[in-house]
Amino acid sequence: MTIGIVSYGAYVPRYRIKIEEIARLWGDDAEALKNGLMVYEKSVPDVDEDAATIAVEAARYAMARSGVDPSRIGAVYTGSESHPYAVKPTSTIVAQAISATPEMTAADFEFACKAGTAAVQACMGLVGSGMIDLGMAIGADVSQGAPSDALEYTAAAGGVACLIGRKESELAAIIEDTYSFTTDTPDFWRREGMPYPEHGGRFTGEPGYFKHVTNGANGLLKKLGTKPEDYDYAVFHQPNGKFPSKAAKMLGFTKAQITPGLVVPKIGNTYSGSCLMGIAATLDQAKPGDRIFATAFGSGAGSDAFSIIVTDRIEEIRNRAPTVSELIKDPIYIDYARYARHKGKIRLA
Amino acid sequence: MSSVPRFWRNLGSRYNLEGTRCKECGEYFYPPRNVCVNCRRTGELESFKFKGTGEIVSYTLIHTAAEGFENQSPYTLAIIKLDEGPSLTSQVVGEPEKMHIGMRVKPVFRKLGEDGERGMIYYGTKFVPADA
Repeated sequence: MTIGIVSYGAYVPRYRIKIEEIARLWGDDAEALKNGLMVYEKSVPDVDEDAATIAVEAARYAMARSGVDPSRIGAVYTGSESHPYAVKPTSTIVAQAISATPEMTAADFEFACKAGTAAVQACMGLVGSGMIDLGMAIGADVSQGAPSDALEYTAAAGGVACLIGRKESELAAIIEDTYSFTTDTPDFWRREGMPYPEHGGRFTGEPGYFKHVTNGANGLLKKLGTKPEDYDYAVFHQPNGKFPSKAAKMLGFTKAQITPGLVVPKIGNTYSGSCLMGIAATLDQAKPGDRIFATAFGSGAGSDAFSIIVTDRIEEIRNRAPTVSELIKDPIYIDYARYARHKGKIRLA
Repeated sequence: MSSVPRFWRNLGSRYNLEGTRCKECGEYFYPPRNVCVNCRRTGELESFKFKGTGEIVSYTLIHTAAEGFENQSPYTLAIIKLDEGPSLTSQVVGEPEKMHIGMRVKPVFRKLGEDGERGMIYYGTKFVPADA
């Protein structure tokens, strides 16, 4: 059975803070940080935006692209590490806001930065088994980095929604296969009730990101019998610009293959939205027949790899909602004081 | 906004700008009405989802915010005339100096408020400049 992406939608808040501005506050070397991270600015949510509002905006753009009747959606799954409620699903808010309720199932996912792709896989399973007609999978975050922590330079806000289906005439991209690689690796975590995550510093690199991304990617290549040169584009989870560039090189993918989907230098790490944002930016410019390789990574730790073939329908739906480059082209730059206010770091009364 | 059931009853109109339209005279109502003010008992109302596009009829900039909105001040509160006819009052998100009467707006999904740190978060529709 063919399963794939019927439609997709992305959302990035309008506000940005530059690396220089954060470095100015903490006395860090902005140039060294920019060169090291390959990140120059990051997105910041408005005072009234959170993971739920971002998920809704992304899902509404996906619905606008698809043109399908929302009552056909049988599942809404939202992946995030910043769900606004500890108990009360974000996915019910999204489902109501896209008029998909009430004959459907919903749940929230959490797996650090790969909760969105975990939701995609769950929808693939439900759609593939015939349990549902269409499934909406979303990755959305307003990620947190403690003041002066290294994460503060990249922890950003954004989200992507993918409508998963199986009617071949409706598919804008076919998901050929998926493969996951998961271990218990404590490279990054946030305890219940704590405002900011903790991480293992350099430990997040080799035993976390690189081990899981390369094993996930190689596992899928082996399963499908494909090679990096069989793909037109590649996307790897982008916590910064350096990691996906290095992972691509280790696996044998070229800079040209990853460049269209590498959006992190301008918006930062959108966590559950990160890999999906790269896929969305790539779908924004891919041609029918192009093949996309993607690997998401979530700390804790695991990776989800996907092999995707773009269909003729992409040309029909692409311009019915804003592309990632349109969403990020006109930012409003803010200083650290306003950033602190937007992120709720200033407590009033 | 301290009544959870009261907010829940209005979710449809808050989230998706659901109102009503009279099949008899064609008038649109937001928030939804059960009886047409023109046709009375001869009218027949059906639910109607507004596009959400419209323009600012008038606006004010709030500096002294109401309780719960302190983190948002200054913010713009505007009367917006929807393209189908009805007017409503809403926040318009954006730089205050760019607001003007006649400005075209479109809907966005935002947090409207919350009952402190422990209470419910209220979501719904606000507006942004149409070219945003």
